[in-house]
Order: sequence, then structure tokens, then C-alpha cells
Amino acid sequence: MKIHEYQAKNLLKNYGITIQDGEVVEREEDIESAIDSVSKRLNTSQFVIKAQIHAGGRGKGGGVKFSPNKESAIKNAKEILGMQLKTHQTTEEGQLVRKILITEAIDIAKEYYVAITLDRSTGKNVFMVSLEGGVEIEEVAAKTPEKIIKVHVDPAIGLRSFQALKLASALELSGDALKQGVKLFKSLYKCYIESDASIAEINPLVLTEQNELNALDAKFNFDGNALYRQKDILDMRDTNEEDPTEVEADKYHLNYIKLDGNVGCMVNGAGLAMATMDIIKLKGGDPANFLDVGGGANVETVKNGFKIILSDSNVKAVLINIFGGIVRCDRVANGIIQAVKELDLNIPVVVRLAGTNADLAKSLLESEQLDIIAAQSLEEAAQKVVDAATKTSVMH
Amino acid sequence: MSILVNKDSKIIVQGITGSEGSFHAAQCHEYGGNIVGGVTPGKGGLKVLDNQVPVFNSCEEARQQTGANVSLLFVPPPFAADAIIEAADAGIELIVCITEGIPVNDMLTVYNYLKGTNSRLIGPNCPGLLTPGEAKVGIMPGFIAQKGSVGVISKSGTLTYEAVHQLCSVGLGQSTCVGIGGDPIIGTKMKDLLSLFEDDKDTEAIVMIGEIGGSMEIEAAQYVIDNLTKPVIGFIAGQTAPPGRRMGHAGAIVSGANESASAKMKVMRECGIHVVESPAEIGKTVKLVLS
Repeated sequence: MKIHEYQAKNLLKNYGITIQDGEVVEREEDIESAIDSVSKRLNTSQFVIKAQIHAGGRGKGGGVKFSPNKESAIKNAKEILGMQLKTHQTTEEGQLVRKILITEAIDIAKEYYVAITLDRSTGKNVFMVSLEGGVEIEEVAAKTPEKIIKVHVDPAIGLRSFQALKLASALELSGDALKQGVKLFKSLYKCYIESDASIAEINPLVLTEQNELNALDAKFNFDGNALYRQKDILDMRDTNEEDPTEVEADKYHLNYIKLDGNVGCMVNGAGLAMATMDIIKLKGGDPANFLDVGGGANVETVKNGFKIILSDSNVKAVLINIFGGIVRCDRVANGIIQAVKELDLNIPVVVRLAGTNADLAKSLLESEQLDIIAAQSLEEAAQKVVDAATKTSVMH
Repeated sequence: MSILVNKDSKIIVQGITGSEGSFHAAQCHEYGGNIVGGVTPGKGGLKVLDNQVPVFNSCEEARQQTGANVSLLFVPPPFAADAIIEAADAGIELIVCITEGIPVNDMLTVYNYLKGTNSRLIGPNCPGLLTPGEAKVGIMPGFIAQKGSVGVISKSGTLTYEAVHQLCSVGLGQSTCVGIGGDPIIGTKMKDLLSLFEDDKDTEAIVMIGEIGGSMEIEAAQYVIDNLTKPVIGFIAGQTAPPGRRMGHAGAIVSGANESASAKMKVMRECGIHVVESPAEIGKTVKLVLS
């Protein structure tokens, strides 16, 4: 689960980390009073207006503007609030900016990159810092990996002082800034663990002209499996930033990701679902979605799955591929029968059921004389659904 | 004739009185696996599975009374990490965790704790193991598999069933099928199992099914070229998956560019693995390689 910059900064602030502070505004009529309040509280006459959307690349898209005085801050805030912000991480239409963060402007002496995430291959969290802060950090990692200093943390003993010191020294901090760095890294690690984060990134962390470390921007991602014990984090979820169909699917406990093709698919298990998409592509088709109905495929999940898939008007044919293990195919067949009857489908549906009770399922489907196309193997199913989608596209 | 589990494995089921645990314990028992006991704190003294199998309050007690060497876990996510550590602490050699949804932080603690023990963990969030005709320790449908000489290693659940189904339909049985799980932190990685299959005299070929994400397949491929004499047939699911809508840069810095299906397939090919493009051709390809 992702959160906004202002939420991430609040979290850091709770752990005693100095942030570039400000106020969040959601309504145009509140802009001026917020600017006055930031000016007074933080003793600043220069501001930065920052669009609050989850996607990255906000600055390049025009969603972050330095404002040297109150007038320009008002103007920039009005422009950014309500804009469709397009970045390399948003859709073509961009993302509507519903909230802006009005912050103090900071005099920057140096910029750093700081992050913690999981390193799967070592089975440890890894703390990373670099002198090359800013937006091109991935390029730095690819071309000059030695410029990123990494420290792996043993979960049993946590980040030790000597490790925090190593990180701070790698950033060439000295004097009071070195002490601030050590404290900051320890706080960030504590925050990362206690909030069950999967990514905590401060980019950039800056050293101000006043020799103070300050978190100018922050991104957090949280482990979905741990949200049951992180109520405060879960409360920060902003479903406006998520695809509406995916939010709907989530309510039904379906794992759905929308894609750009025209062949809808409904599969049990994530691996088989991806493999089904792969074979559709190999047969010359284009998958419209990833949909994993999970281990409990029954009448309700099949019906809801259909609703989700068909809410995408690009879909010209649907493939249902279920390999029954614990899931019994006859139950899935009943779900398909009921769904087809109730939902008034007007596009072809290819069904392939294998595994537990597949024969029983087949005879159930046959006895209903439904307008569905049966397939035995994965190969045959993929070919049939791609052919059907092509035919439907020509007809429409 | 197999790796890790066989007809002599003495299996206990942690969470045997829960709905998942009792259902699957019965299935494993029916398949012929030697279920010697169950563990549910507070339910010690009970007998389950037609009054044949005793329930204990702790793994330690179960191990002492039954001599169990394998534990199958169906404990809910908030308590699963503790249950795995309890099993290891009791000296259980093979721990198979089916539970889905365990927090990563909990698994980090487990993973690093287990390094100092003699226990091996399979999973979590996996379908477990199946040695056809001998023992099923997990939730794979037993009837789709048949005894034979192909070892199967897979990150996925139902895609494993698909592969096993294809193998059987071209007349090839399996020595052992292992679902290792697709979570970020898992107890046993592909390369650990490649080594076990290499040493198993009755395994002739190995099917390795991976997915996008992580670098385990790459590490396994490098292990293959250095250590394996037996043929490995590989598939990576997710060739058409969209690039993750990730956030920040930290993930990319850690994993580099090796997480995509095409990158993994390339390295696997270079390491001498027979890479299958279509998931429908796994069975056929193994047959071809073996003939």
C-alpha cells in the first residue's frame, strides 16, 4: 500500500526526523490562509507547491513549483490543485490532483539518497545511501553501483550504531551533521520496522545551508500482509489514487489488474494466471487483464469475476481457465452456469476446466446447453479465445 | 526414489483442528502419508482423523511422543511465524508452511533464525510437497500425479498442477514435486532443491517453474551451469505482465534489471537450461529432452 508525500513526512516527523514542513490543502478557498499559516509557523516567505499524487515524476510533469513570494505561491497552488498531472508513472490521461502540499522553501547545500528495502537474495533489509541524490538514482545504480553504499541489517539485532555511522560517513557528513545522520538513520530504521514498510525512501535528504539534515521528499510502501496490525497506516489509504475497478475487485477478494488488450481472463492462482496471459499473447491475442480468483472459486467469485472483466468495454472474448486442486471444477461450472444466465453475456466465453471433478463439470455445462466454447487443453483454450476475440472485433 | 518426503516420513500437522488443517490432514492421510500427530495449543489429548491421530499442545510434546520429523503448518498468519520457530526449536527437520499472508518482517525473523538450526523450511504460501505414491505433505491434488523420474520445482501452485498434468499426459511420472512459494522471503530456494534432485539417483530430469520478480531463478541458473549433470527444463510465468507500478527507486536498485521474464529466460538459456516459451509445452519439451 502506498501513501502520499505529506503522510510519509508526518510519519517521519513522528520519529523525530526533521522534514520540509508545510500544510495540505484540498480546496481552492483554503490556499491563501494555508500560505499565511505556513509563512507564520515556519518563518518563511518563499514556498514550494507540491502536487500530492502517488505516482512519481511529479516535478518533471509540472506538479512541483518553487514560489519566491506569496503571490506566485497562490498562483502556482491554484494551477496545480485540480490539474490532470501526467508523469511517466501515470496513465495517459494523468492523475487528478486532489490535494497539494504547501511547504517552506529550503536552502540546499547538498542532496543525498537514503532508502531501506528488502533484499530478497540475502533475506535481510538493506539500508542504502548515496551522495548522488535526486531523480537519476537508478542510473547511478546501474552505471556506478559503487556510489551506492549498502548496509544489510540482521533483523534479530537491528541497525547497530557502527552501521549508522558507516552510512553517515559515506555521505561525508561531519561534526554535528554526522551526529544528526546517525540519529536519523536509526530513527528511519525503527520507523520502517514498526510500520511494516516494504520501502522507505528519502529522496532527497538534504543538508541545508544551516548545516541541518532535512527530508525534502519521502516515499513509503507497506507490506499488505501486515496491514491487519497497522491500523494507523491503513487509515492513510487513498483509494482515489487506485484504479476504481481494482478497488472494486479488492472488495470481492479478487486480485485484478487491468491491461490494454481485448481478451479477458479468469484463472485460479497467480502463476497460472500469468501463464495464461503469456499463452494468449503467443497465440497472437492481447490479454485485457490479470485476474486471479484465488483458492475459493465458487458461484459468487465467478459471478463477480465476470462483472469485473466485463466492466472493461475493450473485452471481446473471455477465457476461464481453472485447474481444480482444492477447488472443485463442478462448483466452478455451477458458477459459470449461473453467471451466464444472470448476466446476459453477449460475447464469446471459452471454458477450460481441468483437475478435480473436471468430467462432472463438463457434463454439467453440456446439459445446460449454454452458449460457451469448451476446450480441453491450455493450448486449445488459448487458440479458441484468441480466434473468438478476433471474430467479435471484426463483427463490431 | 524421491527427495525430502517419502513413505517413512513421520508427519505432524500444526493447526490440525482448524478448518483448513483438518481437511488437508485428512487428505494427506488418505493419500497414504504417515500422519502421526497434530498440534493445537489447548487441544492436547484430543484424537482426530477417525480417532486415530493424537493432538498435542506443543511441537516439543508431539516430537517426543511420536518421533515426528516433518511438520505441515496451517496456522493463521498472525501466529504462523511463531509456529515455525516452535517446530524448529522442537527439532523437526522439515517444516512445510502452507499459510498465505504472513508479514514479511515476521518471515525475516524466521528465515534468519532457521540458519542457526538443522531445520529446513518449505514455503510459506506454497502448495507443499508430493512424492507420488508415497506421501503428500501439503495441498496438491494427489490424483493428478504419478510415480516417475521427473523432479518438479515451482514458485506457483496451480501452474505446478498444470505442469504435472502435462507430464503425466506424455507418460512421464514425477519423483517429487515441490511448491516453494512465491513470497519475497521463502525458506528453501530453487538452487537448494536442484542440488537435492541432482543427488537423487531416481530423478532423471528437473522441471523448474519460475515467475517474474526476485533473482532466485538467476541464482538457480548459475548453479545449474556449475553443478548439474541432469537436464533442467524451465519456464518463467509473466512474460506479458506489465512492468510493476512501483514507487520510489529502492526496489530497482536492489534487484537491478534481472527481474523480468525475458531477462531471466535469457540467463537460463545461457546456463544450459531448456527454456520453454509456451506454458502449454512444458510436458512435451521434457519428453523431447529425455528422448
